[in-house]
Amino acid sequence: MKAKHQRLVLLGLAIAAIVAAVLLAMSALRDQAAYFYAPGDIAREGVPIDRAVRIGGMVRHGSIRRAPDGVTIDFIVGDETNATIPVRYRGIVPDLFKEDSGVVAEGRFRPDGEFVASEILAKHDENYRPPQLAGDRHKSETLK
Amino acid sequence: MIAELGLSALWIAASLSLLQLVLGAFALRPGGAGLVPGIRPIALAQALCVGLAFAALILVFLRTDLSVALVVQNSHIAKPWLYKFAGAWGNHEGSMLLWVTILAVAGGAVALLERRLEERTLIATLAAQAAIALGFYAFLLFASNPFARLDPAPAEGQGLNPLLQDPGLAFHPPTLYLGYVGISIAFSFAVGALITRDVGPAFARAMRPWVLAAWIMLTIGITAGSYWAYYELGWGGWWFWDPVENASLMPWLAATALLHSVTVLATRGGLRAWTVMLAVVAFSMSMIGTFLVRSGILTSVHAFAVDPRRGAFILVLLALYIGGALALYAVRVATVREGSTFDPISREGALVANNLLLSTILGIVLVGTLYPLALEAASGEKLSIGPPYFNSTAGPLALLLVAVMAAGPLVRWRRDRAMAVVWRLSVPLAVGVVALALLLLFVPDLHILPLLGLVLAAGAAAASIAPLWKRNLRRTPLFTWGMVIAHLGISVSLAGMACDGAFTRERLIALPPGQSVDIGPYRVRFEAVDPVAGPNWTAIEATLVAERGGSTFTLHPQARTFSSPPTETSETAIATRIDGQLYTVLGRPDGHGRWQLRLWWKPFVTLIWLGGAMIAVGGFLSLIGRLRRRHPAVPDGAQR
Repeated sequence: MKAKHQRLVLLGLAIAAIVAAVLLAMSALRDQAAYFYAPGDIAREGVPIDRAVRIGGMVRHGSIRRAPDGVTIDFIVGDETNATIPVRYRGIVPDLFKEDSGVVAEGRFRPDGEFVASEILAKHDENYRPPQLAGDRHKSETLK
Repeated sequence: MIAELGLSALWIAASLSLLQLVLGAFALRPGGAGLVPGIRPIALAQALCVGLAFAALILVFLRTDLSVALVVQNSHIAKPWLYKFAGAWGNHEGSMLLWVTILAVAGGAVALLERRLEERTLIATLAAQAAIALGFYAFLLFASNPFARLDPAPAEGQGLNPLLQDPGLAFHPPTLYLGYVGISIAFSFAVGALITRDVGPAFARAMRPWVLAAWIMLTIGITAGSYWAYYELGWGGWWFWDPVENASLMPWLAATALLHSVTVLATRGGLRAWTVMLAVVAFSMSMIGTFLVRSGILTSVHAFAVDPRRGAFILVLLALYIGGALALYAVRVATVREGSTFDPISREGALVANNLLLSTILGIVLVGTLYPLALEAASGEKLSIGPPYFNSTAGPLALLLVAVMAAGPLVRWRRDRAMAVVWRLSVPLAVGVVALALLLLFVPDLHILPLLGLVLAAGAAAASIAPLWKRNLRRTPLFTWGMVIAHLGISVSLAGMACDGAFTRERLIALPPGQSVDIGPYRVRFEAVDPVAGPNWTAIEATLVAERGGSTFTLHPQARTFSSPPTETSETAIATRIDGQLYTVLGRPDGHGRWQLRLWWKPFVTLIWLGGAMIAVGGFLSLIGRLRRRHPAVPDGAQR
């Protein structure tokens, strides 16, 4: 094989690898990406079943209930529309999880509309807001 | 006063980098040879000045000089001195200063130490390095001045993010940055060699130690960062596929590919254009990582401040350097000579497979990291991409890569027979089959990925040591030892990941003091909770007594409350035993006298980081081996 041919073959292989990577990535994205929903979106579009999603909003005042096992909590997430999502989470909640403050949870919906969270995203400090919540505020600031 | 000194040093360093760029450009023109001797000293002086600026920043932090805005925002008088020191880079401006300091010091090191490279190529390399530095000096001086004063000075600083108040802060960012920014040297070498049309084996031999050094630092930084996240975040995981982690993984993948392709170029003269391309890609990944982490586009513990101007600035720099390098590449790639040919079944062939797999994984990680950002920018739709995506795509490819890694060193350069390779691999294959049989027999319901991982780890470990087989160990060159240990480290790390995935036991429970819970081989007794106080925090501390086979030890997980800024964190308590780690987290009280406890028993999880350390040690041995060898290496193939 001449050097030039070998170079072409290698180039072809490299391009094939990159294309394969992108195709593989795209097909996996369709199945595995977790879309973000606010309670208003759920009210409009219905409950997405059988896939991992993220929800976000404000923890409703007075809605946090502890189950007798001591490690499961139920709470309600709402947003500026009047829609709400009931959430169940088994685990240690992040340090800054409280009523009337923002929360983002990852997990799955049950057919009855309850959201079973596998993870409550940690807030790193007082100033931290989940990107999805911070985004809206940010837009309005840059518009000014 | 010190702040002004630091700022002036920074301005002088910036002017010197401009001088280095302009003089370098003139020195390369016909008749410019007279300028050549001046350039190395300028690069050194630039490194010295920016080093001075960095020292000044450390000093204002150590003294808690509250007239400096950055200190006020990120430090506090009551902080332990280690965190005052390391806190200098625990914020946006300071970490960018560290970035550019390492960039300039790496350039200075090239100017001081590099003797193998052709002089004109070296000048072009230093000019390219100066061009990168210039952009980041501009970024610091115009968009993130670390020495800005605050008038009047407030009485108290705001403190450092408590999650960062950990010894990890002292070494994770510097090592990671050394690797990240060290890759810039490979980029500058590639640009320099393209400019002077000098892409060849001698260039590759000169570039290899620098790539190796940066890669070692990147490996250490990622390994340390992984362990830090593991014990600090209290979620029991060691890798979260967080965009910020991906930002450090992507340059590592590219640098690993580069490290292997540069070997083909150095020993066999092949893969020339590809190696140069990889050097450009590797530094692009560092720049993209810097953009992701520093622009505030991702909200994470690493994004210190959200300022769209800064993101735009880094994006412009990124487009400038990468676009420039790619344009140069497009113009000059035709002048890069073709390398010598090789058969598909050969060491070169295996290294090409390694490069293709690494590039594919890199592509997958890149798509997964950037897709949510691109989608949100384009359509406003929000989604997140987590472990399921990465594990299902990158996981199988990584296993394939380990298989190639196991076989590669046992294949001869240029040409080999498939049967001969299989014969040389017979012992590792046997080891893999035995491991498979044992696992199927004793651990029946194992998932497919951990099972494959463990089998491959066993086989690859055997294959990794095979190059030492029948060799005189004393006369085996250091770089061969380095390769063996690094490859063995990959197997060890893979074994740790597979064990963690397969055998981890987890308990989440609310328990009153005095009661016990079983986890893995341990019975853990919850003795008491007590208040304790530290230098700038107070905490609730649990006393847990773990017992196995008659011997006991005590663990103290804490829930800490920091006063400035007011934050709560949980401090995990981890006991390391020879066969794994017991990982404990204290949660909250449930109001009925019980406390939440989260416990994990993680068999052999420590192998993950032990493997990472072995990879770094292997790289280090290899580096010493390459540097000690004075004469150009005789290609292995020439011995036959």
